[in-house]
Amino acid sequence: MTETSTDKPAPPAAPERQAEPVVEAAVLHEVPGRVTELGGVTVGNTKCENPFMVAEDVNVYYGDNHAIQNVSLEIGKKEVIALIGPSGCGKSTFLRCLNRMNDTIETARVTGNITLDGKDIYRKEQDPVALRARVGMVFQKPNPFPKSIYDNVAYGPRIHGLAADRAELDNIVHTSLERAGLINEVKDRLDEPGTSLSGGQQQRLCIARTIAVNPEVILMDEPCSALDPIATARIEDLMDELCEDYAIVIVTHSMQQAARVSRRVAYFHLGLLVEVDETDRIFTNPQHKLTEDYITGRIG
Amino acid sequence: MPRRRRKEFTFKLLGMVATAIGIVFLGLFFASLIAEGTSAFKQTFLKLDIELSEDVLAPDGELDLAYADFDGLVRTALRAEIPEASGRRDRRELYRIVSVGAAYQLRDLIAQNPDLLGTTQSLWVPASSNVDMLIKGNIDANIEEALRPLSDKQIGWVRQLQDQGRLESRFNRALFTNGDSREPELAGIKGAVMGSVYMLLVTMALSFPIGVAAAIYLEEFAPRNRWSDLIEVNINNLAAVPSIVFGLLGLAVFINWAALPRAAPLVGGLVLTLLTLPVIIIASRAAIKAVPPSIREAALGLGASQTQVVFHHVLPLALPGMLTGAIIGMSRALGESAPLLMIGMVAFIVDVPGSLTDPATALPVQIFLWADSPERAFAERTSAAIIVLLGFLLVMNLTAVILRKRMERKW
Amino acid sequence: MQSTTLILMLGFMSIAAFFYGRRRSLALVGGHGHGSALHSLPGYYGYYVAIWAVLPALALLLVWVMIEPRVIVALVVNALPDAYRNLPPGELNLLINNIQNLAAGDVVSVDVDDVLQDAATMFNAYIEKSRQFLAVLALGMAGLGGAMAWRRIHPDLRARNRVERVIRWFLIAASSIAILTTIGIVLSVLFEAIRFFQKVPVTEFLFGLTWSPQTAIRADQVGSSGSFGAVPLFTGTLLITSIAMVVAVPVGLMTAIYLAEYSSARIRGIAKPLLEVLAGIPTVVYGFFAALTVAPWIRSAGESAGIQVASESALAAGIVMGIMIIPLVSSLSDDAINAVPTAMRDGALGLGSTRSETMTKVILPAALPGIVGGILLAVSRAIGETMIVVMAAGLAANLTANPFEAVTTVTVQIVTLLVGDQEFDSAKTLAAFALGLMLFVVTLILNVIGLSVVRKYREQYD
Repeated sequence: MTETSTDKPAPPAAPERQAEPVVEAAVLHEVPGRVTELGGVTVGNTKCENPFMVAEDVNVYYGDNHAIQNVSLEIGKKEVIALIGPSGCGKSTFLRCLNRMNDTIETARVTGNITLDGKDIYRKEQDPVALRARVGMVFQKPNPFPKSIYDNVAYGPRIHGLAADRAELDNIVHTSLERAGLINEVKDRLDEPGTSLSGGQQQRLCIARTIAVNPEVILMDEPCSALDPIATARIEDLMDELCEDYAIVIVTHSMQQAARVSRRVAYFHLGLLVEVDETDRIFTNPQHKLTEDYITGRIG
Repeated sequence: MPRRRRKEFTFKLLGMVATAIGIVFLGLFFASLIAEGTSAFKQTFLKLDIELSEDVLAPDGELDLAYADFDGLVRTALRAEIPEASGRRDRRELYRIVSVGAAYQLRDLIAQNPDLLGTTQSLWVPASSNVDMLIKGNIDANIEEALRPLSDKQIGWVRQLQDQGRLESRFNRALFTNGDSREPELAGIKGAVMGSVYMLLVTMALSFPIGVAAAIYLEEFAPRNRWSDLIEVNINNLAAVPSIVFGLLGLAVFINWAALPRAAPLVGGLVLTLLTLPVIIIASRAAIKAVPPSIREAALGLGASQTQVVFHHVLPLALPGMLTGAIIGMSRALGESAPLLMIGMVAFIVDVPGSLTDPATALPVQIFLWADSPERAFAERTSAAIIVLLGFLLVMNLTAVILRKRMERKW
Repeated sequence: MQSTTLILMLGFMSIAAFFYGRRRSLALVGGHGHGSALHSLPGYYGYYVAIWAVLPALALLLVWVMIEPRVIVALVVNALPDAYRNLPPGELNLLINNIQNLAAGDVVSVDVDDVLQDAATMFNAYIEKSRQFLAVLALGMAGLGGAMAWRRIHPDLRARNRVERVIRWFLIAASSIAILTTIGIVLSVLFEAIRFFQKVPVTEFLFGLTWSPQTAIRADQVGSSGSFGAVPLFTGTLLITSIAMVVAVPVGLMTAIYLAEYSSARIRGIAKPLLEVLAGIPTVVYGFFAALTVAPWIRSAGESAGIQVASESALAAGIVMGIMIIPLVSSLSDDAINAVPTAMRDGALGLGSTRSETMTKVILPAALPGIVGGILLAVSRAIGETMIVVMAAGLAANLTANPFEAVTTVTVQIVTLLVGDQEFDSAKTLAAFALGLMLFVVTLILNVIGLSVVRKYREQYD
């Protein structure tokens, strides 16, 4: 049904992108707002040069509610891709498919294909637990464990057996905090509870906690929505640094944030992936009426 | 309008009266309990100069504690105090002033200190319960002689001894160190308390882990389907099933079918486990529900398994709430008596139980038994036992309240 | 070997198994530094081996302990001379009891003859042998299970998942105990009740007007002797329950209204915990109070008013039971009243209603289902209450509605029929189970209706 599913084996190629979307966009400009008509067609380019996670034809149902329809998207190595869209558009749902957090919701059902490094993450032998160690997640509200700062960061390495001894664990905790830009603020109080930190610090602690497990992909679900602008800026800087090592998928409500941190942007609308493209392109020249409406503020 | 206002006033007054009824009853109840029960913590003792004569105790030169005539020594000493009691009937009446416990006291003394043999000791021995009641003013000396348990002569002797300073009210240690007895002055609650302690140990050891495990399963693992609905409804109903029905279950299953010993704290503990399980499960589920889901998500997102999430994060945070529930369940178990009657724990048991399978009784059952006894002295002890029971319950509930306060501070 | 020693040894074995398992998993990947080559943390391999060592052995132990006494008794009985073996079941049971007591070195109720002595010796010998067998078997099983699990360790073995599966089964087992309890209750009362109804027709039990189970002791004419018409018990229970509800419902309801609507926060802060104290007092204490304080008081009050009052009147038990139930009624009514949306209350007050009018015309009708559900639960509680009636109500099965007379209740009769040593098969003891069945069914219906009404009502305003 989607354009990507038909030519999946083919390597990501540019020509298509130039030919088709323009036509699509033109048609759509004539019938603005008729969302149902674009079922399953994503304009722009869902592919990328160096795909690491590939979602194909993903559908998610919560009971009878069809939350996500036929979404296909590639996520490249070491890139930041932002998922934007109005509330309830399914971007968070899609994000949670990528590390199978939806498994914890009983009524949720996922169909389609999602691969990580070429392997289907929904295959039977895949342990979702092992998957989540490779695809880490940072949540909307900072949620440190009610334990010490040290234990917050050390928890992941401990359950995955990443450190052979205490010194190594200390080292992991230290570097993780350092990479999360938190070390200077907390190095003297690692024993204090993580909940004693400010909101922005807590969120950086959560990032440190996530990178301590040494994941390959980091999913961020509106990581700054509960933070003030200064804390937000720090986290955005941090993402810039982190994308040198990790693929980052960020869900955000803020187009400015998407524009600042991401290389590519995917626009979701009512469970559909409407448009995917390079950030500059999507903000300067959106090819879909809905995308344009959204980034110009006509859709809240 | 005045009529409406009057109605309003009457309504409010009715509410106040209703609220007051419960509280007044509570006050009345505690007042009568304290008035009745505190005197039982004191017991009248009689000072006797007893010659621990070797001739009496070891007539063959060999002291046999089981057969030695300690009673005789007590009687001799008593006769020495009240020489005017001379006839056989008088003497028999005289002997009733002192408790049969006096002889046991002598025996224990000699057993510990064989050197005392042959010496004369001035000892405080327990007076009989009737004398005790007289001293405490519970027997009216002015009513007709036939209607009271002490004769005029006995009362005279008691007054005489009192004037000589040979009677003294002392702390009633027997109440806490003895098992049950037919003699009120020797009856104690230690057997019952130990029985309750053993039972609660069994109950705690079983119902806390099982209850917590069940709560964890229902909250964190169980799929929402008919089966878990059934378990849920079932648990809520079990919490409201009359306790005596659990006793019937215990009798039919544990005693008749599994052939466990009757009256054993083990069986009592098992029955109370089933009885408290719903309480603990319901409280534990509430405690688990109170753990914010964001913490579960955080751990899951780091690649913790469901089981690790539960045991590393949810359980430690829910534990105070679970413990509170467990303590409340335990306090309910401690006050429970009806099911214990079913499994034979109402027997008259003198020995303090030493193991889980010894026949035993429980504190509330002891209260039930004593409340049934006609002697005036037992009524007093019943109240005292109730005070002790309520004391235990108070301590447990205070602990629960403190734990709950602690938990609230957590996040 | 003592079973405690055996369990201790199994405990040690499981600890050893844990360390061996852990060590092997680490050794397979080349030591501590390479833990990430394992599928799970090394500790999980330890637990895996420990579980395999100890669980099968424990299961064996449990089964063995359950069937051992039966088997041994059967063996001993088989070896008895025919004259003993063919005794009627009751006497045979007594004999077996005596043999067991003799074997355990306890007091025996009959003269010890050679047969008895031999049987006891044999009994002990069997036990000895059985225990030895068990010890060898259990320890062997533990060793074998542990060794097999140990050999199966491999870096790819999903030890964590396996251990977690065992944990999950344990959790499932724990939660099904609640179901098992219900099944156990139903089966135990049902089976004995059916046996009772084989001796006494159901119709006589349900509709008979006289209850005098005591005469049934004459064992040769069970069923034809004694009368088991339970109607007086039902009416007695009903009478006392009614008295209790007459006390508890208005007082509890008005208390809830007062505390919810009128009282200051300070009074509420004092009154509520006090009422909780009232709810926490053991029923035996209420019974004591009813029997020794309230009953004489009512009797003397009645006599001064010229009314004949039985010393164990239904009134005393009913009133005290009512007081016991006040906190239950008031807290459930409180929940129901508080669940009524404030908007409704404010609306009525805004229209110029007084508080009492708001309460009686608006809030109470809205809260009625919740209150009724609560009252049903309270009734169930009153019907099942035992200690107060055992201590304060009588044993006389009078068919009367006069609260000043003595009546008896279902629970009182269950207790009297079962307390003390009785033959378990007599109609008398079985009757207790039939009464228990009635009690269970009635309270169950009340509870199910009450709980579902309370819950539905709560959802309605949520």
